[in-house]
Amino acid sequence: MKHRYLPMTEQDKQEMLATIGVDSIDALFSDIPEEVRFQGLYNIKEAKSEAALMKELAALAAKNKDTAANVSFLGAGVYNHYKPVIVDHVISRSEFYTAYTPYQPEISQGELQAIFEFQTMIAELTGMDLANSSMYDGGTSLAEAGMLAAGHTRRKKILVSGAVHPEYKDVVTTYAYGQSIEIVTVPTKDGVTDIEALKGLVDDQTAAVMVQYPNFFGQIEDLQTIGEITHDAKGLFVVSANPLALGVLTPPGKLGADIAVGDAQVFGISENFGGPHCGYFAVTTKLMRKVPGRLIGETVDEQGRRGYVLTLQAREQHIRRDKATSNICSNQALLALAASVAMTALGKQGIQEVAKQNIVKTRYAKNAFEAAGFEVAYQGAHFNEIVVKTKKSVTEINKGLIEKGIIGGFDLGRVYSELENHALIAVTELRTKEEIDALVAEMGAYNA
Amino acid sequence: MHNENQSLIFELTKPGRVGYNLEPLDVPELDLADLLPAGYVREEAAELPEVSELDIMRHYTALSRRNHGVDSGFYPLGSCTMKYNPKINEAVARYSGFANVHPLQDESTVQGAMELLYDLQTSLQEITGMDEVTLQPAAGAHGEWTALMMIRAFHEANGEGHRNKVIVPDSAHGTNPASATVAGFETITIKSGEDGLVDLEDLRRVVGPDTAALMLTNPNTLGLFEENIIEMAKIIHEVGGKVYYDGANLNAVMSKARPGDMGFDCVHLNLHKTFTGPHGGGGPGSGPVGVKADLIPFLPKPVLVKKEDGTFHFDYNRPQSIGRVKPYYGNFGINVRAYTYIRTMGPDGLKAVTEYAVLNANYMMRRLEEFYDLPYNRHCKHEFVLSGRRQKKLGVRTLDIAKRLLDFGYHPPTVYFPLNVEEGIMIEPTETESKETLDAFCDVMIQIAKEAEENPTIVQEAPHTTVVSRLDEARAARTPVLRYTK
Ligand SMILES: Cc1ncc(COP(=O)(O)O)c(C=O)c1O
Repeated sequence: MKHRYLPMTEQDKQEMLATIGVDSIDALFSDIPEEVRFQGLYNIKEAKSEAALMKELAALAAKNKDTAANVSFLGAGVYNHYKPVIVDHVISRSEFYTAYTPYQPEISQGELQAIFEFQTMIAELTGMDLANSSMYDGGTSLAEAGMLAAGHTRRKKILVSGAVHPEYKDVVTTYAYGQSIEIVTVPTKDGVTDIEALKGLVDDQTAAVMVQYPNFFGQIEDLQTIGEITHDAKGLFVVSANPLALGVLTPPGKLGADIAVGDAQVFGISENFGGPHCGYFAVTTKLMRKVPGRLIGETVDEQGRRGYVLTLQAREQHIRRDKATSNICSNQALLALAASVAMTALGKQGIQEVAKQNIVKTRYAKNAFEAAGFEVAYQGAHFNEIVVKTKKSVTEINKGLIEKGIIGGFDLGRVYSELENHALIAVTELRTKEEIDALVAEMGAYNA
Repeated sequence: MHNENQSLIFELTKPGRVGYNLEPLDVPELDLADLLPAGYVREEAAELPEVSELDIMRHYTALSRRNHGVDSGFYPLGSCTMKYNPKINEAVARYSGFANVHPLQDESTVQGAMELLYDLQTSLQEITGMDEVTLQPAAGAHGEWTALMMIRAFHEANGEGHRNKVIVPDSAHGTNPASATVAGFETITIKSGEDGLVDLEDLRRVVGPDTAALMLTNPNTLGLFEENIIEMAKIIHEVGGKVYYDGANLNAVMSKARPGDMGFDCVHLNLHKTFTGPHGGGGPGSGPVGVKADLIPFLPKPVLVKKEDGTFHFDYNRPQSIGRVKPYYGNFGINVRAYTYIRTMGPDGLKAVTEYAVLNANYMMRRLEEFYDLPYNRHCKHEFVLSGRRQKKLGVRTLDIAKRLLDFGYHPPTVYFPLNVEEGIMIEPTETESKETLDAFCDVMIQIAKEAEENPTIVQEAPHTTVVSRLDEARAARTPVLRYTK
């Protein structure tokens, strides 16, 4: 059979078999015991030509409602932001995307330096001392923070704010179970972590307190106070932060965070139906040697030229095996590159302007909803999300909205029984005044 | 070779330059101080670069030229399956209906994406011989941990929560023992025998009522098929344990032997290896897990199902599930690429992939055996491991050989792994390379072996042609500089 990815000709094959000293390829599989030998061919779909397959899969893709052809107000952890076109051009350079982990630094300086720059940008934004080279996503990164905290403090309880992304919290819970760590939910009040309740829950067994910034409901948490409460109990303060919001918000590093995690999807990464995105993991220097995953460090070569290498590897699975700080090996390097390009394109000014537009446009939406007679559930400071009360089921409303080309907000009733008929509406810099007005008007039709 | 340092993007900054444009604000301007609580308006701006769009493109183009990928040249990195990354995959993954869908959209608006995942799931069930597959794990290690958590839940559900030992051969990838630890198990390491395979006696010695699972890579990291596989599975099953298949090396056995038929209870695959998800310079990956029927109740949430009316649904009503392992549904973009690849190859194609991967590895092994020690001399599967101990006696270490290969434009093989081979050189050519490429690489390996005898300095001091020479790793670790500071 001829295939465009398989270059061997019949003549090649015969010459190679002769060198090996066997007369068929089958002979090379003689070590597979007869009883487990698979006979025949897989029962999967027949191969398709390049053109035919592209046509078929384009049709399959077209079955989905996407955020390019529709106007999206759906956030809840994954956002429809400005994605500089240059991002895709950079990550399409195959020297980057067809490379493995940079194990051979002499021929991997490009990747190593790009990720060193990523580490720098994340450290800058979060106000932390250092950041690693990426994690799978914000959720697993938060879970790893929990494990780091439990190991570091030798304590077995983690307090997670009820305003942390519910799917992140679920992932933390799954990891915690493996480590016999207890997860306690801190109640919320008015859409933010209930400080009084938190005071009652922290104790000398608390390894970490985890909050989200801005939180799942879009509200700005009082990190300063929560950090102080956590540190009084000698726990680690873990903040899951939207790095775009940090363009204008005081960074977690300035508010007492020991570990800052989150997802850099907001920087030039498509929604991708949930992945790949780009987890980040940043810490203070005292936790440097406990960080999971890969770290890139600067050094010099034999001629004194600056260069970059994977470093502090004694933490990692390939060296420490069962004693490693984490099992992570492959990470999200290409997405870290994408995020770096987007952070670079936005730059020092752009990130402030974009972040501010998110807040101001969301405030405009909040005012518009209230003017149209909707109740907005929480009145605290917000970033780019608000919770709007509806009279009908949000899922039902969204079914109507999509007919008008609008992807509605997240139905909070899907997760919180007390928040039935509450929509989490995300307004990014890409949403125009007209689009916001149209959303309010269309939702108003269900609010009579 | 030039002596200039490559600039960091931060060093190109000129205050006032921008690389973006936004629409002007079309709603009333407001002051952040009125919108955020006191103390929460950032005072010092984050020092991100200030550069133009062309500056960015030139910077990253310069960096890319300092990087070697599969498209740049041969990349026989063992245990990594550095095969060609098809371009159709990249095109399909960027279709707007795949790239621009939000994971929390109503299911009725994402049926196309769900159908693709379901079809991929079903194909992987067939390929692995398993009863069900989850596509959620983000990479191999994440899949290992997911499966181990399921095994743990299985034992607990049977009132056997005391089973806390996971057995791992010494040749296993580092993630195996590390994943066992994260899942709350203790690792027992067993030795490989003289023949490079798991020592059955050693295995029998360590199993017992506390055995939770055996994790096995097959073919193992020496590239050898574990011939006693049925016996091993039996030993574990007899004491009530589960057998786990590290399927990162599936390229060696597609259409030849399926984990499910070999007695395994669960398996993880690295779609970013066998199934051409590009490695991306270290990620992203996708590490689906396949399981046999008795582990199905413990699959992570949600489970993608096909309803009787033919529509697809994420099922959260799974009372015995281990819970969520990742937000949303896995690295969908990589799953799209893997699916495109499977559909491109079809049943005949996947079989040919394995046959040529194994042919290529055996061919190279035979061409090189005269010049390097071959500790395990038998047919290999997709990869083989040489030892540089002969060259070491001449003062040339395996690391030197790897660095010398750089001078010829090759990415070196994996070195010093697996741990049970002295001065190991692990070569995995993959099926997408031509005979000319294999021959040219073998010629260079042979030349280096001769250099080790006749002119060792040239090898010891390599590389001679790269943009930097050997880097001071000790210094990097002793005084860590992990970020740029002005
Ligand atoms: C045999 C084996 N198992 C597991 C892994 C881990 O996979 P990942 O890097 O995707 O986590 C690898 C990766 O190199 C591997 O070669």
